[in-house]
Amino acid sequence: MAIRVGGFGKMSKVHRLLASCALMAGLMAAPAQSAEFKWAAPLDAYTLDPHAVDNTFVLSVLSNVYEPLIRRAADLSLEPALATEWHQDGNVWRFKLREGVKFQNGSTFNADDVVFSFNRSQHSGVEGMLATVESITRVDDYTIEMKTRGVDPILPLEITEWLIMDKEWAEANGAVKAASADNKDESFATRNMNGTGPFKVTEREPNIRTVMTANPDWWDKPQHNIDKSTFFVIANPATRVSALLSGEVDMIQAVPPQDAERVGSTEGFHVMSGPDVRVIYLQMDVARDELLFSSVKGANPFKDQRVREALRLAIDSEVIHKKVMRGFSVPTGTLVAKEVNGYNDAVGAPTVPDVEKAKKLLAEAGYPNGFSVTLDCTNDRFVMDEAICITLAGLMARIGVDVQPRAQTVGRWAQQINPPEYKTSFAMVGFTPATYDAHNMLQTIIGTRDPASGRGIFNIGGYSDKKVDDLIARIQVETDADKRRGLIGEALAIIKESAAYIPLHQQMVIWGIKNGIDLKQRADGGLPLRLIHLQ
Amino acid sequence: MILYSLSRLAQALIVLVCISLIGFLLVSNLGDPLATLLPSDATQAQRDQLIQALNLNAGVVERFGLFLNDMVHGSFGISYRTHEPVSTLIAQRLPATVELALVSLAITVVLGVSGGVYCGVHAKSPVAKAIMFFSLAGVTLPTFVLGILLILVFSVNLGWLPSFGRGNVVALGDWWTTGFLTASGWRALVLPSITLAMFQVTFVLRMIRSQLLEIGQTDFVRFARARGLPPRSIWYVHALKNALVPVVTITGLQLGNIIAFSVVTESVFAWPGLGLLFLQSIQSADVPVISAYLILIGVIFIVINLLVELSYPLLDPRVLRRGT
Repeated sequence: MAIRVGGFGKMSKVHRLLASCALMAGLMAAPAQSAEFKWAAPLDAYTLDPHAVDNTFVLSVLSNVYEPLIRRAADLSLEPALATEWHQDGNVWRFKLREGVKFQNGSTFNADDVVFSFNRSQHSGVEGMLATVESITRVDDYTIEMKTRGVDPILPLEITEWLIMDKEWAEANGAVKAASADNKDESFATRNMNGTGPFKVTEREPNIRTVMTANPDWWDKPQHNIDKSTFFVIANPATRVSALLSGEVDMIQAVPPQDAERVGSTEGFHVMSGPDVRVIYLQMDVARDELLFSSVKGANPFKDQRVREALRLAIDSEVIHKKVMRGFSVPTGTLVAKEVNGYNDAVGAPTVPDVEKAKKLLAEAGYPNGFSVTLDCTNDRFVMDEAICITLAGLMARIGVDVQPRAQTVGRWAQQINPPEYKTSFAMVGFTPATYDAHNMLQTIIGTRDPASGRGIFNIGGYSDKKVDDLIARIQVETDADKRRGLIGEALAIIKESAAYIPLHQQMVIWGIKNGIDLKQRADGGLPLRLIHLQ
Repeated sequence: MILYSLSRLAQALIVLVCISLIGFLLVSNLGDPLATLLPSDATQAQRDQLIQALNLNAGVVERFGLFLNDMVHGSFGISYRTHEPVSTLIAQRLPATVELALVSLAITVVLGVSGGVYCGVHAKSPVAKAIMFFSLAGVTLPTFVLGILLILVFSVNLGWLPSFGRGNVVALGDWWTTGFLTASGWRALVLPSITLAMFQVTFVLRMIRSQLLEIGQTDFVRFARARGLPPRSIWYVHALKNALVPVVTITGLQLGNIIAFSVVTESVFAWPGLGLLFLQSIQSADVPVISAYLILIGVIFIVINLLVELSYPLLDPRVLRRGT
């Protein structure tokens, strides 16, 4: 900058303007040397402890710092991270670990850290990921073996979000036990991180912002060019959109569908959207002899397959897709997303609505004038959840079924419909299989409830089919990928035939992004900083 | 005076216990914390274990007892959601809310009192009529609409002020962070404090105006006028002092309101204060945080009320004569 302030007085107005523009440009250009990426999401990674909760978003933020043995690439395929090779031999999986990797505090990564992380994950928020692992053995410094209960062909899929912590660091800081709600004291790992990953946390104000800077000693060759990433929590959707459009942040997650068009049509910004692996579906109480919330007394209309089929035929998923979701959904006919292992197009096609046929089925079942039932929904959990419920009530009114939506905040809704009471007659629910494999969905929401093994814990309607249960058990141990997919397909077809579940759609991940930022959107809504390139 | 103070203090304590009980009962019926604490595929054994650990299946009386006991010992427990101590969470968020409230209160007092006095004294002037007209907008416009509107104009369109957050803060000791010492902190304060103050400003303004108009009709003002006192002395010395008792009450309560009801403003501006924490905690049924928040707000109201009531005798000695 060669402009002397004293010289301003002699310049004409135009010159002064030009000079100050140049000054401004100079000031604005300066910070570009260190590439900073600023982004905002509605929720915080509300703990930094990688073993405290099994929450897709939290773990996706934490995995910029901590790393798993096997990670997912942008297209969700598996690639080596802290493990370089792995293979299965019956009920034993053997992993070769990467050598020469250092944690951010300088200590060396080896088999002890994996064994330690396994022990730390027992009775923690993430124990579900390792549910099939019976024990873990250190073979040598860079080899471990995991012994599974029975044969588990999909173990690598199950542990891509299981992150490895340094044993020495945890022991030195009293963080040996994973943070949990019943702890009497705070764990050190709740606020501090020490991973092997591409970034480290340099500043952290919980629920406000988290600053990460690139880790220069990362073992992998960085594809990203970010020096610093600041993540802000902005819960209010309108404020989040404003923060993007005013240039305060470069990227926001969870753009509300009604604002997506505005963001997309603003110069300098674009919207990136893709299907989420979460499927939104309706489930009916098929277990009780009389519904808890219905006009029908002394009988449960949902035990009749024709009634269930009638409700399914009354729902026009195109209306919900176009009018409520404004195009940001993928209508589906099955309970797993296209991206999930086990999906097939035969069951995946959405049901074509047919009001006349639905009315006929209802009349045959003995309800020519319909009946009334309460539909339990959330109003702060899924995209446009309350609006979808109201629309569903309108759609089902066409066949004379009086659906009364009861939309509540997620805490109350969950208290009501969750185990052990399952107090609902008809509910709108969403499910994401954490393993990207249909077995997790079948085991959790389809299988006959079995408190001992945990099967069917979230099967809120009490659906039960012996044949499906057998299939679930066989899928669990089948190692041949094609045969396994066949079995899953069989189970999905039986479920579809029963009409006890009505799948609506896959949600979509909707991001608003400033132009000139190259990033990958994963189907789980994760944003790995290591795949971002700023132009 | 001592008797008056003691009786006010005793009342405050009783109210505090009632607030804790009501807060506790409300919260214990809020929703299922397990839904957010456990993954959806948790087994029944895991659920039972956590219920046991959190004492969720104990009776209401027993749980309230435990809760009071912990509270007296200064512990509000660990947040269900973030696993951080509740007292730390609240202590971290308190400065943001208090600073926002103070700035809003300052705006309220300066604009509300000066505007109110002007409109009361010059009730018939066109400027006063215009102020009264626009103050209607302040009373009726919902906070979130005003907030979003301000963001749209000053952040998105003009780009002058930040749309969210608190800017850079400076730590003062271990327990306080302030935005008052940085330029970005002040810039971040502008929009939220105006949003939060708008309703209060118009409220105080209209109240002082009507008080002054009423006092203007009373005998002592008429006599003062008849004696030939200058209008300035009548209004600003005699009338205003008499109009102040209700105004101090209201302003005091408004400070409580500003702190307690900053929830909406904080949510619109992602202002990292108590209100935002409260909102986030409600969504996840984070019972320990919600209880602590409700009790804290109760305490703030009680303390402010107490101070306000204790200040009455100073402004108007007749209060003591009426008995307590």
